[in-house]
Amino acid sequence: MSLLKIRNLRVEFGSLAHPFPAVDGLDFDIDRGELVGIVGESGSGKSVTMMALMGLIDAPGRVTADELVFDGHDLLKLKPAQRRKIVGKDISMIFQDALTSLNPSYTVGFQIKESLKVHMGLRGAALEKRALELLELVEIPAAKSRLGAYPHQLSGGMNQRVMIAVAIACNPKLLIADEPTTALDVTIQAQIMDLLERLQKEHNMGLIMITHDLAVIAEMAKRICVMYAGQVVEQAPVADLFRAPRHPYTQALLEAIPEHSKGARRLSALPGIVPGHYDRPKGCLLSPRCRYAQDKCSQERPALLDGVRCYYPLNAEGESTHG
Amino acid sequence: MTTQVQIADVVPSYPSPLKEFWQSFSHNKGAVVALFIFLSVIFCGVFAGWIAPHDPVEQYRDHMLTPPSWAGGGMSTYLLGTDELGRDILSRLIHGARISLFIAFMSVLMSLIPGMVLGLLAAFFPKGAGTVIMRVMDVMLALPGILLAICIITILGPGLINTMIAIAIGTLPSYTRLTRAAAMAEINKEYVTASRVAGAGALRLMFLTVLPNCMAPIIVNATLGFSSAILETAALGFLGLGVQPPTPEWGTMLSAARDYIERAPWVVTMPGVTILVTVLSINLMGDGLRDALDPKLKRAA
Amino acid sequence: MFSFILRKLATVIPTFIGITLVAFALIRMIPGDPIEVMVGERKLDPVMHAAAMQRLGLDQPLHIQYFRYVKDLAQGDLGISLVTREPVTKEFLTLFPATVELAICALLFAVLVGLPAGMIAGLKRGSVFDHGVMGVSMTGFSMPIFWWGLILIMYFSVTLGWTPVSGRIDIEFDIAQRTGFLLIDSWLSGEEGAFKSAAMHLILPTIVLGTIPLAVIARMTRSSMLEVLREDYIRTARAKGLAPTRVVVVHALRNALIPVITVIGLQVGSLLGGAVLTETIYSWPGIGKWLVDSISRRDYPVVQAGILVSATIFIVVNLFVDILYGVVNPRIRSAK
Repeated sequence: MSLLKIRNLRVEFGSLAHPFPAVDGLDFDIDRGELVGIVGESGSGKSVTMMALMGLIDAPGRVTADELVFDGHDLLKLKPAQRRKIVGKDISMIFQDALTSLNPSYTVGFQIKESLKVHMGLRGAALEKRALELLELVEIPAAKSRLGAYPHQLSGGMNQRVMIAVAIACNPKLLIADEPTTALDVTIQAQIMDLLERLQKEHNMGLIMITHDLAVIAEMAKRICVMYAGQVVEQAPVADLFRAPRHPYTQALLEAIPEHSKGARRLSALPGIVPGHYDRPKGCLLSPRCRYAQDKCSQERPALLDGVRCYYPLNAEGESTHG
Repeated sequence: MTTQVQIADVVPSYPSPLKEFWQSFSHNKGAVVALFIFLSVIFCGVFAGWIAPHDPVEQYRDHMLTPPSWAGGGMSTYLLGTDELGRDILSRLIHGARISLFIAFMSVLMSLIPGMVLGLLAAFFPKGAGTVIMRVMDVMLALPGILLAICIITILGPGLINTMIAIAIGTLPSYTRLTRAAAMAEINKEYVTASRVAGAGALRLMFLTVLPNCMAPIIVNATLGFSSAILETAALGFLGLGVQPPTPEWGTMLSAARDYIERAPWVVTMPGVTILVTVLSINLMGDGLRDALDPKLKRAA
Repeated sequence: MFSFILRKLATVIPTFIGITLVAFALIRMIPGDPIEVMVGERKLDPVMHAAAMQRLGLDQPLHIQYFRYVKDLAQGDLGISLVTREPVTKEFLTLFPATVELAICALLFAVLVGLPAGMIAGLKRGSVFDHGVMGVSMTGFSMPIFWWGLILIMYFSVTLGWTPVSGRIDIEFDIAQRTGFLLIDSWLSGEEGAFKSAAMHLILPTIVLGTIPLAVIARMTRSSMLEVLREDYIRTARAKGLAPTRVVVVHALRNALIPVITVIGLQVGSLLGGAVLTETIYSWPGIGKWLVDSISRRDYPVVQAGILVSATIFIVVNLFVDILYGVVNPRIRSAK
């Protein structure tokens, strides 16, 4: 049984009369100890999906799903108080900008200990010991003195390590990292990625790594899930995806990676942006931007079949399969 | 011909800034109502001579302290009643609008313009002039508005012009600080550097390049300054330090009315309600203006 | 922390020097020289005039006069009232507690009502309560408080007869001054009804003086709350699985209060200004009424002292607020 099973998740914003689906019929699974990457442009619904999982979508946003089962509990059927016993303990999340995601008025130590107190009931010396242990686990030097530091006194990379310490404090079964390195320098990015990978292996956590940069997770993840406009458009093991992308959108993403398109004179870019509230196409959501689009594409939405949401999936040579 | 028309249709038409502003402003219903109330107060002030049913200083000795027309013993000629000297309250309020608005307008102007200039100077020359200007403003800010006004009235003596001056000096620091802060935020932006590189002189940079981009908060502050000037004029009048009787000024009217609280409550009520409604309408308008002018605050509101 | 306080202190000194200059200049900018001002309408013969000038040191160069003024100030000498011939400092010390008592009550009223109201309005944004709070505070903010005072007297004192019209305590009570705060003194005196009388006298002036600060605090708290609730760290706190009350109380409130503290400090200015009006309406024997009375009596040394003292209070309170701001906001404290 998978650790997390999402079926037909929908997150809508806007009025009931004119809803805007930020996530539109999403299916997703992850197993214990698995590392899955979710990739997509800004606005493709990656973060919103995870916010919905964490229960962080407020009215007027609406979350519905056929199934949102984590570790045997259907999260949408739980009472808020019961759900909070899971969120922050068994599922935890780290965010993009660590400095603004940490409360400026409290010390790093306070923010780490808070979860330990609330979820694990630790007090006194045990609490102190565990907090210190966590800081050491995320490789913060001089950990003892850092417990009393405020976020603004630490560097960006250091703050992200603190965020990770907060997130893994209660030994979660699933860790979600929402673009954890986007706000950091390149060298620090690599360190944080290595740290996350190591922690994931050591603690056998499920890890969902959200990013808009395929290259970042190419080496880490086993499986990659590509999202576009609130839907999964392709899902495949990393090697297959890189070797032979089947969805035109995946292909476009790959072509935008410098290392992956060696020999090309210039990097190709997908024209246009993710559809917004008022310009959601009737047919395939990518159809206005897709170079292979046919008449059928702009008439009806394709379903996710065999890991790809396209009427004319690309073949191994990267060519469209129509006609 | 037809092709040209089609092209014109295709080109997206952006609303003019004024229209866009109005769309934004009219979204706030309270602000629109407030605008109409305020416009009617201005109308009353401007055409006071024609609208007012009586002469504001004429004393109808036979009808002293007549209640409003709807109350027992009221007379329809004196719609809102008469005061202790038999003057028609409605006429005095209408003429009072002219005085209050005039003082408020002049005092805003008299603090807005020097305030902007000083603020720009402080922003452009932070080392020399800036330090001196901001220190002086700190001193002025240490005296709460009405106390500073009292201080100035003590020196100049009471009166209409002096009230204007006192209020203007009292609000000067807020414009200076605001302009300085806004200008400091703009001054390092690329467009200013571009203009500087293109050879624009200090004056051009200050007034043509930077100032227009600082206007939104200044306009909002001026609206609020206008309402607080009306309040302060009335407060000074109430204390006997502002416009002197028999000039029909709202605060001065209240000052005289204090002794009639028990016998003639309308003498107290009417001027106060007038002040409150006027000030409230300006403040509501200011809120609407802020939402319409400042897109960043608009999202927050 | 200590160096932070010192830094703040240093920024205040030039302002304070400026204030003494203004107060010093005030009496010399009034038309006519100080001697003429003192004797008023009467004509003084030139010899006596010169003698008086010399006695008061007014024939000295201005900067010498200024240093003398500052020296006197340092010794607590604010001059002699022209009307009562008493030292201004002595009069001030008897009147000051009355103003402080009123101002503290008004500020407490404003904070205790405005802060929770603004907070709840921010949390329940768009609700009926929110609209109510915003409407009331907008009206309060636009209120001519001298008129508001009269209306309250008209209704509660004249029509209903619930509260006294003016003064600090009923005339039958003769309370020994210990702290100067009548609420405390009347409590200590043990006289029956004295405390109630003092409290009843305080109610209306407190409401009147507290109205504008209340409106400002409520509005500020609301918008600050709204802003903080959108912050990333609130999302983090919720992602930790904390209960909503803990998210608000521990994570939102503290950060939301930081700007509100500054606003509360600035309200002291509005309180000092408002005290002039409130004390005049309620014949409250404090420094506000003293100042207004002295202007009409042309008692310039008193006006000079009143201005100086008000400004000093304002500066000191805001200095205190700045320091408090540093205590609650760790980012400010360490900023160089």
